[in-house]
Amino acid sequence: MGMDSSVAFAQDAAPAPSINAGDTAWMLVSTALVLLMTPALAFFYGGLVRSKNALNTMMMSFISLGFVGVLWACVGYSLAFGAGNDYVGDLSKLFLNGVGTDLPTGVSTALIPHVLFMAFQGTFAIITAALISGAIVERMRFSAYVTFISLWMILVYAPLAHMVWGGGWLFKMGALDFAGGTVVHINAAIAAVVAVICVGKRSDYKQAALVPHNVPFVLLGAGLLWFGWFGFNAGSAVAANGIGGLAFATTMLAPAATLVVWTLLDAVRLQKATAVGAATAIVVGLVAVTPAAGLISPMNAILLGGIAAVPSYFMLLVRAKSGFDDSLDVLAAHGVGGTVGALLTGVFAQKSLNGVADGLLYGNPGQLGIQATAVVFAIAFSAIGSFILLKLVGLVFPLRADAESEMEGLDTTQHGEEAYIHATGN
Amino acid sequence: MKLVKTIIRPNKLDDVRDALESMGIPGMTVTEVRGHGRQKGHTAIYRGKEYNVSLLPKVELEVVVADGVVDDVIRTIVTAARTGEIGDGRVFVQSVEQSYNIRTGEREG
Repeated sequence: MGMDSSVAFAQDAAPAPSINAGDTAWMLVSTALVLLMTPALAFFYGGLVRSKNALNTMMMSFISLGFVGVLWACVGYSLAFGAGNDYVGDLSKLFLNGVGTDLPTGVSTALIPHVLFMAFQGTFAIITAALISGAIVERMRFSAYVTFISLWMILVYAPLAHMVWGGGWLFKMGALDFAGGTVVHINAAIAAVVAVICVGKRSDYKQAALVPHNVPFVLLGAGLLWFGWFGFNAGSAVAANGIGGLAFATTMLAPAATLVVWTLLDAVRLQKATAVGAATAIVVGLVAVTPAAGLISPMNAILLGGIAAVPSYFMLLVRAKSGFDDSLDVLAAHGVGGTVGALLTGVFAQKSLNGVADGLLYGNPGQLGIQATAVVFAIAFSAIGSFILLKLVGLVFPLRADAESEMEGLDTTQHGEEAYIHATGN
Repeated sequence: MKLVKTIIRPNKLDDVRDALESMGIPGMTVTEVRGHGRQKGHTAIYRGKEYNVSLLPKVELEVVVADGVVDDVIRTIVTAARTGEIGDGRVFVQSVEQSYNIRTGEREG
């Protein structure tokens, strides 16, 4: 009985990869978890500002869900994950051309629908843009802010995501960034610093008490951020597998250690453990473990989280005494935390666990140099790109709200609403 | 003795407090209030309907001072609280007949 030769070959070859139900289930959940981080950030930031600016601050996060979400699908995804070159993707996936329910062949080896991979990556773009807002709350005009973050996602975030995750030069160089230490946190923090320089400080900075109006909101936001961050980090395995489990454990343990060390630093300095400090510590620990999540051991995650507390804690103190009005300390939390995490990834990475690369502690000192290169490049790229964009946006829209609006508060003047209602009429 | 009752912008409280402290006025009572004078408020919009937000947040600050320093206190408050815009607030002065320290029971002034 004759046999079709192609059938014989098909039996000999490995089965073609196909969508994996377990992976897909986990990535559906992860994507929803990461999306929740942006409303969580709204509560974290919203609680830290004065009540007259609470809605405006929260809207700065929420609006990213709209503008950045839509622009990611239309343009950003293609620029980040299109084949392109070493620096930027291409226009092949514009308006989700070819992004369907089949595997993301040529983009990722993940065994999930391509359209889900796109959505998962989109939730990262959304929160990264929203992170910037913490530096310029209580004085930036909303229209200028929305224009800036929309352009920034396309022209700064997407290219850097391509360089690190989409097959660009940093990826080829072997830079380790499991879930976004450089792409998300350093990138957003440097954009935030540039925004402070371009927008200026609040007019009553160092003249009035610029205190949090709702500390329970801050704790709620931090708690929800941690919850969402399991999707951010463990979801970055893009599979329901051992690496995902490892990333989950490190995401639980690193912030725990940061919280312990931060609380002890508070106790020594103030003889009190502060709630805003605890919330900040959780975020710093999460930021620091982000680049390392699926690459280091759980016990090393505890070390990493504990170490990361110290520079961010003191950066916050120095910044508060300075004339630099990074209002909600995006640089101290995300810039310093992200840098420490990215560098320590090059120290603690363990090939026996991650199958990718060793760090300094495991006999590969060169990895630390690669990590430092990626950090320095991310800082420079974000600084230059963000500065040019802010100057361009400033030509079209004034970046600052007028003095009267700033004094009255941005809730009524930018949105025509109050967080805590005192309106009358019928 | 006089009770100097001042309505100011919330963001001017620290300036006024610092100025009074530097004059040696030790104590004060501060209350968060809402109100308006000639300053018009805002319009708020909820679900398509417009509402007035005419009662704006202000801070009421009360100090009791000796007759001899009242004019200086008023001048200090006005200077520290002024922005030059409508809505800077008011200063009222009332006579105080008696004042007692609760802890010691002593009559003051």
